[in-house]
Amino acid sequence: MLEVRNLTKIYEGGVLALNQVSFQVPKGQFLAVIGLSGSGKSTLLRCINRLIEPTAGQVIWNGKDITAASPQELRLIRRKIGMVFQNFNLVYRSKVITNVLAGRLGYINPAWSLVGRFPREDIQKAIKQLERVGIADKAYQRADELSGGQQQRVGIARALMQDPEMILADEPVASLDPVLAHSIMRYLEQINKEDGVTVLCSLHFLDLVHRYADRVIALNNGNLVFEGLPQEIDDQKFKEIYGREAERIG
Amino acid sequence: MEEKPKASLWKSLRLGLGIIAILLIYAYGFQVTKVDLAEFRKESRQDSRIRVLRALARPDIFEYDQEEFTVYAPIYVPCPEQPPDFPPPDTSQPHLALSASCGKPNESIQVEGFNFQPNIKGPIFFVPSSDPHDTLALQRGNIETDSQGHFVTVIRLPNRPSTEVQYIKTITRRNVGLPRFSQTAIDTWDKIIETIFLALLATTIGTIFSIPISFFAARNLMKDIKSSLTSIALAALGWPLGIAIGLAAARWLQSLLAKWSDQIAVSLLIVLGAALIGYLLLRWAVFGVSREEEGLSMKLLRSLAQSVSILAWIIACFALSQAGVKGGFSLASRLGSFAFLGNFIGQVSDVITVLLPTAVALGGGAWLGNLGGQIGTKWNDSLPSRAVKALNSLLSALAGATLFALCGWGIGWLYETKDIRLFLYSPAVIGATLGILLALFIPSKQPLPIGLVIYTITRTILNAVRSIEALIMAIVAVIWVGIGPFAGVLALGLHTIASLAKLYSEQVESILPGPIEAITATGATRLQMIVYAVLPQIIPPYISFTMYRWDINVRMSTIIGFAGGGGIGFLLIQNINLLNYRAASTQMIAIAIVVSAMDYLSSAMRERFV
Ligand SMILES: Nc1ncnc2c1ncn2[C@@H]1O[C@H](COP(=O)(O)OP(=O)(O)O)[C@@H](O)[C@H]1O
Ligand SMILES: [Mg+2]
Repeated sequence: MLEVRNLTKIYEGGVLALNQVSFQVPKGQFLAVIGLSGSGKSTLLRCINRLIEPTAGQVIWNGKDITAASPQELRLIRRKIGMVFQNFNLVYRSKVITNVLAGRLGYINPAWSLVGRFPREDIQKAIKQLERVGIADKAYQRADELSGGQQQRVGIARALMQDPEMILADEPVASLDPVLAHSIMRYLEQINKEDGVTVLCSLHFLDLVHRYADRVIALNNGNLVFEGLPQEIDDQKFKEIYGREAERIG
Repeated sequence: MEEKPKASLWKSLRLGLGIIAILLIYAYGFQVTKVDLAEFRKESRQDSRIRVLRALARPDIFEYDQEEFTVYAPIYVPCPEQPPDFPPPDTSQPHLALSASCGKPNESIQVEGFNFQPNIKGPIFFVPSSDPHDTLALQRGNIETDSQGHFVTVIRLPNRPSTEVQYIKTITRRNVGLPRFSQTAIDTWDKIIETIFLALLATTIGTIFSIPISFFAARNLMKDIKSSLTSIALAALGWPLGIAIGLAAARWLQSLLAKWSDQIAVSLLIVLGAALIGYLLLRWAVFGVSREEEGLSMKLLRSLAQSVSILAWIIACFALSQAGVKGGFSLASRLGSFAFLGNFIGQVSDVITVLLPTAVALGGGAWLGNLGGQIGTKWNDSLPSRAVKALNSLLSALAGATLFALCGWGIGWLYETKDIRLFLYSPAVIGATLGILLALFIPSKQPLPIGLVIYTITRTILNAVRSIEALIMAIVAVIWVGIGPFAGVLALGLHTIASLAKLYSEQVESILPGPIEAITATGATRLQMIVYAVLPQIIPPYISFTMYRWDINVRMSTIIGFAGGGGIGFLLIQNINLLNYRAASTQMIAIAIVVSAMDYLSSAMRERFV
């Protein structure tokens, strides 16, 4: 159970990116976060694992206040929260397997990790995750030799290595073409349904929301403007979320 | 409409004034730089230009063994009463025939030579002595034989009247055998090797130090590091205290181990024992830690084991360096032509001996500083606001007083004053006041951007160091460690640290932020984040910059000798000062070859890495 209470973020320079946002996500839910670009989706997701330090408000996860955690506690919390990014955020000069193994950094002995040694179980696990996303044969190639869709699968495998209880996906398919987008979304769906991992996923296209999400929240200019089921978004709501001029396509 | 002519008048006026100003600037420039073509055209200048050019065109690289022929013929000056009657020369050998067997001073006589080496040159002398091999000889001109080994020349007899027989003598030289490298070429080779290794060492030192420094000078890594005043003040107190403790401990250890400095075997035994203990404890306390929560007693036990392990490693290093100094130099005397290996072990150990106390002191500072910072964070988080404010005032007053007093003490030492009031007490009071003011004016729990402060300080120091030319640093280094390549290594090394750290930090600043956030999100520590997200992005450009810097350092090391810093420049400036242009030419050619080879090598290697 994730509970976000009055979360506010004001960037240096005074941009109000989140304004008193509150919502709850039950365990195992697939929650879509929608909104125009600049509405605060990325900020929201990053405030949850404190990649961005919120200005005010609380994030409570399984009874623990993430916003009050010490650096040490925060690391232990973060390793249970996988993250998938729009730009994949792989280390492009490293091998695919190294990128995937990086998901274990929160678990393994820090000294060994600094000299690049991972336990054998972790390496086997990494291969298994790569098999799961269908690119085990690329394990020993450099990450930048892969296509966009393949790179995002590496990103998902990295998140899976964390044995996550929750995955934060920030527009995971926005840089991919529609066909690839569905294949990536299906992996997230599978992880959500089969492993019971809570997923918070910001999305651009409504059709993806209808197809994959259990529930939706919408942001506009940092304000939470909608919270409900995907099918509840009618023309009226759509205009509220995306603005007066927006046309509904599809 | 009416504005227009006015505007264009003003414009052309401005243009005219601008041109006049530029002319004035250049006129003054000619004046101060003493541009003088009359001097350039002077005959004596022209002669010396030609002389230098010709010398430069004949670099002193090869030489031959030479065979010397001395041929002489007797003569009386002036003519004695009895006309002299010399036995005829051996015509199968080179010999001289004079037009007269005697003559008055200042009279000209003709000298003809036969059977000489063909096409050979040499001086012709008058020997004012009855011994033809006398070293005193007056040169009367030069001879040059034709293809038959024959020459004719006319010389004037000197005013050296004597009743005894005197001699006309020619000395000619002939190259024999194969050409071999001249002494100049051999010296140049030695110095070129010295130059390349000077550059290599300076680059290595520079790289080792500038990598960690570059992280402190990278804005993107430092800007998010914030800390509460409590923890900054405690860290600021911990650092000097830790350094003092570390230094004292290092001294104590060194004096303790010095007892066995004569027995290498004992030293080595200590090394082995300490390293074994250190290794086992390290395995358990560092490499054996799991990331799961552990009980307090276990944590304490591990910390204890870590400390003991570090201590054991320090002891091992001390003992090893001690054994290395002894062993290396004694090996050097036995290894014959591989003596340099023993010497290397000895010198490196010596360097370690010198550096170890500093390293231990810095380590102690870092340890106590870090501990202070952590305690500070704990207090800051757990105590109520008011208590934190009171604590902050106290701690930052103490920290300010300590830091200012230390600076004051340093300045007092420089100026050799014993005025404690001025250099110890008053800075302490000022520091304490500033500390209290800081604590009072800042909201009690607000995190301060300490990262940016460190970043700014690092940048400032780097810029200052970089603005000092390596040549000037070499002058300072020569004062410090004496003339020679070591001074060059220090000067170039320091300059390299500053410029590489700048280049490196710019690379760090331009890395992609994405991987950093991705790795951080996995729950990695800061160090893990650097190893997994930052290092892979910066290693290729780091290698490339290091190569580039080595290339620059080779160039610099060719002239660092001008300031006494060793290398080929030392030889070159000497030969130029001695007007020995042929030797200087050899060295310039050597420099050109090495620099262009390095240029090629470094660009070829850089291409492979980027
Ligand atoms: N680092 C930052 N500094 C200042 N303003 C920022 C920063 N990041 C984002 N913003 C601003 O915050 C708002 C929300 O941005 P973001 O969370 O990236 O929106 P979204 O992901 O929905 O496109 C935007 O107005 C953006 O300009
Ligand atoms: Mg975004």
